[in-house]
Amino acid sequence: MKPLTHVAGPACPLGLAGVDTDQLIPARFMKRPRSEGYGGFLLHDLRRDDAGVEKPDFPLNRPVWRGAEIMVARRNFGSGSSREAAVYALADHGVRVVLAPTFGDIFASNAVKNGLLPAVLDEADIEDLLAALTATPDLPVSVDLAEQTVAWGNRAVTFAIDPVWREQLLNGWDDIDVTRSCAGEIARFRAADDDRRPWARPAGA
Amino acid sequence: MTAATMTAGTPGSGSKSGAGPRTLFDKLWDAHVVVERPSGDALIWIDRHFVHEGSFHAFAQVAGRDGIVVEPGLTFGIADHYVPTRGRDHIANSEIARMIDDLAANTARHGVELFGLNDPRQGIVHVVGPEQGLTLPGLTMVCGDSHTSTHGAFGAYAFGIGASEVAHVLMTQTLWQKKPRRMRISIDGTPAPGVGAKDFILSIIAKIGADGARGYAIEYGGEAVRALSMAGRMTMCNMSIEAGARCGLIAPDETTFRWIAGRPYAPKGAALEAAIAAWRQLPSDAGAVFDREITIDAGAIAPIVTWGTSPEDALPIGASVPDPAALADEGRAAAMRDALAYMGLRPGQKLSEIVVDRVFIGSCTNARIEDLRAAASVLAGRKARVPGLVSPGSSQVKRQAEEEGLDRIFIAAGLEWVESGCSMCVGMNGDSVSSGERCASTTNRNFRGRQGPGARTHLMSPAMVAAAAVTGHLTDVRPMLEGRS
Repeated sequence: MKPLTHVAGPACPLGLAGVDTDQLIPARFMKRPRSEGYGGFLLHDLRRDDAGVEKPDFPLNRPVWRGAEIMVARRNFGSGSSREAAVYALADHGVRVVLAPTFGDIFASNAVKNGLLPAVLDEADIEDLLAALTATPDLPVSVDLAEQTVAWGNRAVTFAIDPVWREQLLNGWDDIDVTRSCAGEIARFRAADDDRRPWARPAGA
Repeated sequence: MTAATMTAGTPGSGSKSGAGPRTLFDKLWDAHVVVERPSGDALIWIDRHFVHEGSFHAFAQVAGRDGIVVEPGLTFGIADHYVPTRGRDHIANSEIARMIDDLAANTARHGVELFGLNDPRQGIVHVVGPEQGLTLPGLTMVCGDSHTSTHGAFGAYAFGIGASEVAHVLMTQTLWQKKPRRMRISIDGTPAPGVGAKDFILSIIAKIGADGARGYAIEYGGEAVRALSMAGRMTMCNMSIEAGARCGLIAPDETTFRWIAGRPYAPKGAALEAAIAAWRQLPSDAGAVFDREITIDAGAIAPIVTWGTSPEDALPIGASVPDPAALADEGRAAAMRDALAYMGLRPGQKLSEIVVDRVFIGSCTNARIEDLRAAASVLAGRKARVPGLVSPGSSQVKRQAEEEGLDRIFIAAGLEWVESGCSMCVGMNGDSVSSGERCASTTNRNFRGRQGPGARTHLMSPAMVAAAAVTGHLTDVRPMLEGRS
């Protein structure tokens, strides 16, 4: 996984609340292998009309924000389905940071495993940033993960991120390698648990 | 973050929660901690892992690392998300056929048991698990499906995970988790006839919000929850995810034990007795402290329907569509205007005047035998004014419903009786609601586009969906139940 330390550039003010993972990627696009790339499906049904043509007013379609690596949203971003394809769509589109007041739990966990930072800002800071981006669409925004800060104009605010996730993102660490280093503990647990909870293994059908 | 900075937990010691009274969730957590980090994150052991067709991303990750499935005996494959509900002998859609074949190939390669398309035990993962006795109190259970919270109805710690976590469980049988805070929602008193689990959970979500339980494990308790059947308990725990929680729990009791006894994969004989003795220790201790407590009066709950595009947009059937002009917060008012525009509704319109185009009865929320009986009790001797699909939660539920004659009631009413699968809940298998069409649905999500692009979904109980089918509009089912069992 590619480490993430600092991201700077335009920020797309999505501005919506409750962007669930069904909206991030509708279910019908999830049959394909990841190798085909999921970026084109990001927010597909919000972004395009019934004929599949991009709506020019939708923030992600405006030239200034088309390639933005930072996205700004309101509460409960990524709620709903556990589909990791929602993160694939963001990551493959080039988004590296989403700023929002709250995130769906499974989405946030999926995000970190794919090098995407789900940064939690106060609702008031999100509103300030959205207002600033409305006034100045090409306003540069800077996200520093080591310092846990977001800066724009003459403002700098802190964001929250689980400390373990922060370390993982900063270093590009992978869970499975860490877990494999615990193989001895896992084997000891399993042996003790089989004695303690013999009923926990499925009986023969 | 290396192994050296972690400390091994003692299985079952409960060290993290201290020696004082513990909640049901504390006990489940403590019994599964393999290793704990100073940060509070813990590596927890996973007792059951279900994989469905969407698992091809995870199996690709396993293959990419030359990994193996370390505990194939604790892993079960079940085809549900993409399976056709009609014409299963020949799957016309080649992408769907490939995904179903991939699940068969991936499970076969790793020695994992599969309940495939033509297996009599096939069905929705979260209906089949309990039905087969794979779901038991005291277990940790995961699946790449957020509605894994359903299994919490048995007193299991059950939650949905993403594809990378599916791959992690396949390769290690463990997961890194941060311990959630504990919330107890008590529903006291007795509900009115015609009011049940779906109305309970929708009213809870409306009250606390779609992110109201984020970061919490919810334990449901109180007289009205204790009185629920296992089916009702599963419905409540299923929709914990719609309140923002990753898991919901109900303490196991005699209702639970009676339900489990005799199921194929459940312990039997002396092993079952030993298990029940252990399970009796699981309920929260007297004096256990919760981080948040909510109490609701069951008697004050009416049948609930949703009007918007989030499960929190829910109101009693006697209410009217809310007015964004009445909201002080402009951001929320704008969101409500968007939702009403998508749903094609106007403020002040009575909910009972909303005309529907079709109905759907099915999904992991409400497709168990009792749900089908509840719908059939409304539909018996009546005709549906709109088309609709009834998809039982499992092939076994389908057979049982046919033995009881429920299929004939649905068909006589004019509804279609099809095979089991996720079907029109998520629209992955081709069953979907057309753009602009309005569907009364027993499912768990009314998100934009969830049942198909432009689909308008109203969530409600199976009895309420049946009532909407008969009248052609959202309807209070209670008068229609008079004189019926």
